[in-house]
Amino acid sequence: MQRASKITFWVSLLLVFFFFMFPLYWILISSFKTRADIVSTTPSYFPFVEFEPTLDNYLDVFVTRDQTSGDGSTVTASADVSQFRDRLINSIIITGASTALAVFVGTLTAYAVSRFTIPLEDDFMFFVLSTKMLPPIVVLIPVFVLFNNLGLRDSYHGLILLYTAFNLPFVVWIMKGFFDEIPREYEDAAMLDGYSRLQAIYKIVLPEAIPAMAATAVFSIIVSWNEFVLANFLNRDSAATVPPYLNSIIGVGAVEWGRLAAASVIYVLPVIIFTFLVRNHLLRGVTFGAVRR
Amino acid sequence: MAEVTLNNITKEFDGGVVAVKDLSLSITDGEFLVLLGPSGCGKTTTLRMIAGLDTQTRGDIFIGERRVNELRAGDRDIAFVFQFYALYPHLTVWDNISFPLRAQNLPQNEVAKRVNEVATRLRISHLLKKRPGRLPGGEQQRVALGRAMVRQPQVFLMDEPLTNLDASLRADMRTELKHLQQELATTMVYVTHDQIEAMSMSHRIAVLNLGVLQQVDTPLNIYRYPQTLFVATFIGSPPMNIIECSLQGDKLNGVNGHFDYTLTPESGFDTSESNSGYFGIRAEDIMLSAGDSEGDLRGEISIREPLGDETIYRVDIGAYQMTVKTSPKFVLSAGDRVSLTFNRKRIHLFDKITEQSLRTQEAVARV
Repeated sequence: MQRASKITFWVSLLLVFFFFMFPLYWILISSFKTRADIVSTTPSYFPFVEFEPTLDNYLDVFVTRDQTSGDGSTVTASADVSQFRDRLINSIIITGASTALAVFVGTLTAYAVSRFTIPLEDDFMFFVLSTKMLPPIVVLIPVFVLFNNLGLRDSYHGLILLYTAFNLPFVVWIMKGFFDEIPREYEDAAMLDGYSRLQAIYKIVLPEAIPAMAATAVFSIIVSWNEFVLANFLNRDSAATVPPYLNSIIGVGAVEWGRLAAASVIYVLPVIIFTFLVRNHLLRGVTFGAVRR
Repeated sequence: MAEVTLNNITKEFDGGVVAVKDLSLSITDGEFLVLLGPSGCGKTTTLRMIAGLDTQTRGDIFIGERRVNELRAGDRDIAFVFQFYALYPHLTVWDNISFPLRAQNLPQNEVAKRVNEVATRLRISHLLKKRPGRLPGGEQQRVALGRAMVRQPQVFLMDEPLTNLDASLRADMRTELKHLQQELATTMVYVTHDQIEAMSMSHRIAVLNLGVLQQVDTPLNIYRYPQTLFVATFIGSPPMNIIECSLQGDKLNGVNGHFDYTLTPESGFDTSESNSGYFGIRAEDIMLSAGDSEGDLRGEISIREPLGDETIYRVDIGAYQMTVKTSPKFVLSAGDRVSLTFNRKRIHLFDKITEQSLRTQEAVARV
């Protein structure tokens, strides 16, 4: 009986795993296929067995190179091909900076709200949350006009500011809940031991809060990394990010599935790596409230 | 080592709640003083104000010669032990204990020397590399004590440090703490709601109720000569028997005429200002005898509680119930008629309105 339930458990787990991992796998193998293999009516699943993998798609994503068209004449590569590298760097800068800023400012705000008596505290927390209630698309026009007038269009700091503002409410709420669970006696004890409040925060509270900070950081990264609408309208040139680029590959004439798949794989990697690095903290972060008293 | 003086301390919280009212108290150098009272009496607030974690609304606090009103907690040279220990979970026991020393930037070998000394004294040397989270309560308690002792402070402040331990461990730690305080001879202010801790460990007890200081005295004097009705009923187990009565000169009358008592002059009460009050007598100061012919009160036994070393009887007198403690050899059963005779030297009398003891100054001085 126990054996049967064990088998059912693992089989179900495997099914769920395949269900969620298959799209990722499909993109991964597509990125190594030639155009002919991709559009072939008989799908192929296994590299080396069913199709011969190629790195051409990755080269196309990063390197501008001339291509030979069907009739033997040389076609000069379109200008947008090399954009991917620059856009990837832009995405990393904007996501990294806005996440760091949101987690830093949000953590300090949450600490202050959690530890001190602030007039209209509940209203303040509601206000913070309420900024999350409007879908970004609704504020697109005012933000566009604002950015235009302030000269923030096509700049790093413009999108960094915007994404930080996006993520702050989330960080503040999660971190406040977490700080509320950390007994104040820790800081009292540290301050009695001769440390200032700032030192107490730095030496005692923050090390305790790392799991929650890691969890909020992952969520912030995902939001900023994937943001499409505002990025598409505000940063079209020198500070443009990757998501609109992926869209542009689909948009121009025939869809270049291979290049799209390769770009997608590269784009999804950093998030997977970061999540993997902080996975231990993450587990405690999402089950927060488990601080022993 | 230093004395601690509180001058007219008042603490009002936002919203007008007065936690401590006009408290004045002198704690002498090397004294073990217990702040005792029920929860919400202001004892922890008082301790936190001495520590500098809370600020008094009015009044001055002195540690030694220094007025510390404006001094940060960290600069007051005191150590605090919390009820929940507040050990830093991400640091090892060693790092926890050495934490206050590193704030002072002491040289490494001095830190190591002091931590090892303290760890040896508290018998926790084998735990230094562990993290406190997984240690049992008693050991966490020792680590917290170690962190307090290692800085060799002027004053120890302890906020119910034994409350979270189980009963047998608590008894052991009581003895050990008292011993430790005698050895270190450091002034100690200890907050508890447990009268056994207060009675067994302290040099003096300060009893607080509703933010008001009731009495400061040695444990035995607090027990024998309570100055207010609150102290009389709060200290002692079972609690003191209290009879509401009318006063006419030296004549007491209560329990719908069942209770009739005449004060002797040497008992030392001044009843000239009061016409009603509370008569008090402890369970062990009543002599029980079978039959209802004599004694100060007569009644019927309702419950017998044999405790081994003593037996407690509940005696019904009309609607009143009195508690009497007797030797276990004295056996009566429920329903027996008994008479109660009071030890005349051990009676207490409080004014009905002020709830202050009516014992005269001379009588108090004689003790």
